[in-house]
Amino acid sequence: MKILVPVKRVPDPTQKTKIKDNHIDLTGASWIVNTFDEYAVETALRLIENGADGSKHGEIVVVSIGPDDAAKEIRTTLAMGADRAIHVVANDSEIDSLTVVKILKAIVESEKPDLVIMGKQAVDGDANQVGQMLAGKLGWPQATFAATIELDSANKKLTVGREVDGGVEYKQVPLNSVITVDLRIVAPKSVKNGVTPDSHNYSGEGARLPSLKGIMAAKKKPLEQKKLADFGAEPKPAIEEKSVALPPPRAAGQFVSDVPTLVKKLADEAKAL
Amino acid sequence: MGNVLAFCEYADGQLRTSALANLTASREIAKHHGGEVVILLVGKGAQAASAHAAKFAPKVVVVESDALEHYLAETYAPVVAAQVKATGATVVTATATSVGKDLIPRAAALLDAGQASDISKVESATTFARPILAGNAYSTVAINTPVIAVTVRQSEFEAAGESGMGSVSTADAGSVNALGATFVKLDAQKSDRPDLGDAKVVVAGGRGMKNGENFKVLEELADLLGAAMGASRAATDAGMVPADWQVGQTGKIVAPNLYFAVAISGAIQHLAGMKGSKTIVAINKNKDEPIFQVADYGLVADWEKSVPELIAEIKKLKASR
Ligand SMILES: Cc1cc2nc3c(=O)[nH]c(=O)nc-3n(C[C@H](O)[C@H](O)[C@H](O)COP(=O)(O)OP(=O)(O)OC[C@H]3O[C@@H](n4cnc5c(N)ncnc54)[C@H](O)[C@@H]3O)c2cc1C
Ligand SMILES: Nc1ncnc2c1ncn2[C@@H]1O[C@H](COP(=O)(O)O)[C@@H](O)[C@H]1O
Repeated sequence: MKILVPVKRVPDPTQKTKIKDNHIDLTGASWIVNTFDEYAVETALRLIENGADGSKHGEIVVVSIGPDDAAKEIRTTLAMGADRAIHVVANDSEIDSLTVVKILKAIVESEKPDLVIMGKQAVDGDANQVGQMLAGKLGWPQATFAATIELDSANKKLTVGREVDGGVEYKQVPLNSVITVDLRIVAPKSVKNGVTPDSHNYSGEGARLPSLKGIMAAKKKPLEQKKLADFGAEPKPAIEEKSVALPPPRAAGQFVSDVPTLVKKLADEAKAL
Repeated sequence: MGNVLAFCEYADGQLRTSALANLTASREIAKHHGGEVVILLVGKGAQAASAHAAKFAPKVVVVESDALEHYLAETYAPVVAAQVKATGATVVTATATSVGKDLIPRAAALLDAGQASDISKVESATTFARPILAGNAYSTVAINTPVIAVTVRQSEFEAAGESGMGSVSTADAGSVNALGATFVKLDAQKSDRPDLGDAKVVVAGGRGMKNGENFKVLEELADLLGAAMGASRAATDAGMVPADWQVGQTGKIVAPNLYFAVAISGAIQHLAGMKGSKTIVAINKNKDEPIFQVADYGLVADWEKSVPELIAEIKKLKASR
């Protein structure tokens, strides 16, 4: 099975948000692989490997559209275990969701993966739209916000548990679909591929950390560079960020010494009870 | 000049409360576009909800079909796209519920529309403000495509009031093709409490509650206040409480009058989901936690002692009124 995983590099969300000239100031920022995309790589790995013995039964291709120095974050996904990467070099101001979708569609058409697995949202823009748009453009089915996946490779279909308002929805999709993953996809038993024994538990919270061996191997894995022009994409996005502002600060709060004081203040001062 | 097609969810013959927030946003957008709001109801039971919907917009279009019984993005998106064209809409909207977030970008792709997700404000016909970076900043974006797609953050818009009596028409679903996708089942979380999305009071617990059994005391507090239950990711991930209680950047975004954060540290991803609340109460045993920076009232205390005391004290207050 061949899986394509689009990944975006994003500013580390634990940094303080700074504004300069009405836009986010990213000078000196540190960068990470979008957490949901890291989870998508982890999901793809769990779908093609035998978790118990580590043997692999498929290929994972990572795609990222981003500036030159995003190569570093792309290497991280190779170090986790992806096989090769395609890096479409573009500055963030030159792309928007529509451009990203256009490029991803072209790459899906040339790479012909069985599945596209990606994060449900990039935690910088919080747009939560690229996966759905890509599926729409490709005419492929989609299963968004996946918390569990059960792969039935014999019948070429997946059953996806989706986190929706009010519960978990189970949806079945055939191969050649787009899956976007939610947080709980990395729980110990969220992904079943029919190969990894049911007794196997993935450990810990989150995606796997690259091993030293993985980091060494990643240096030799293919990372192909492309340009926007290779996809006929204009560096002039239709979605234009006019300005960015910080939210108004909340009025300073107060500590209360005990529960009776809290209740009194909630009733008399905040008029909330 | 163009209309605004508002995809609205309904249940039991009524628009859902979540849809009313979008109708407020859609009316503002329609004013900028010099057009009117057209409500789109899709699925089995759409017709039954049309009388209620007609109270909120001049036009309602119903696409009812047995083949559309269960929501699927694959079958609904082409209906939305076709109705955008049929109704002369230049903007298509929905509330950013799990259905809205799944459906609208797919429909946008079919229309070559750019999308502003989860908007918090309508600035002009083509520009919208929306939170980014887990709500740590607000971005104003211009969408320069002939058709614009918008999802609306429920907590940022008032529920629309009734506007008169609109006309209802029906449209054909066309050929329905799910592309091999099927709805299997919904494991619904049944609850008598209000919806987290529009509750006036929310009581949320975090990892410091230690286990699901311990949440009972928070539920008692919630029921005393007619509140919805919420939780941090740490509590939902640990299986203490259902996943759909999660509040935050990737859970529900809430803005109640009163929010209790009990044994929650206040990670930015959690704050993203609740810092729009009017009054925030934090109860935490560690006074240095970031949750106290957004709290209006902070109580440095162990929940095991303070929450039962809080329940008793609120009962006393209620009895005295
Ligand atoms: C991509 C991504 C998305 C995320 N999305 C979300 C999201 O939507 N929502 C969300 O909540 N998180 C989200 N998170 C996780 C978030 O970063 C935090 O890990 C999480 O919110 C922590 O939950 P917590 O505060 O319950 O746990 P902790 O941070 O472990 O805090 C537990 C708190 O309990 C207190 N405590 C312990 N015992 C007691 C006691 N007896 N009495 C009183 N207080 C006590 C402690 O002092 C501490 O402050 C996300 C993370 C990532 C990476
Ligand atoms: N520049 C990009 N390069 C590669 N993948 C991207 C890019 N932007 C978004 N994506 C993918 O689309 C998903 C959703 O992003 P968004 O719709 O922007 O929130 C992300 O989790 C990524 O998998």
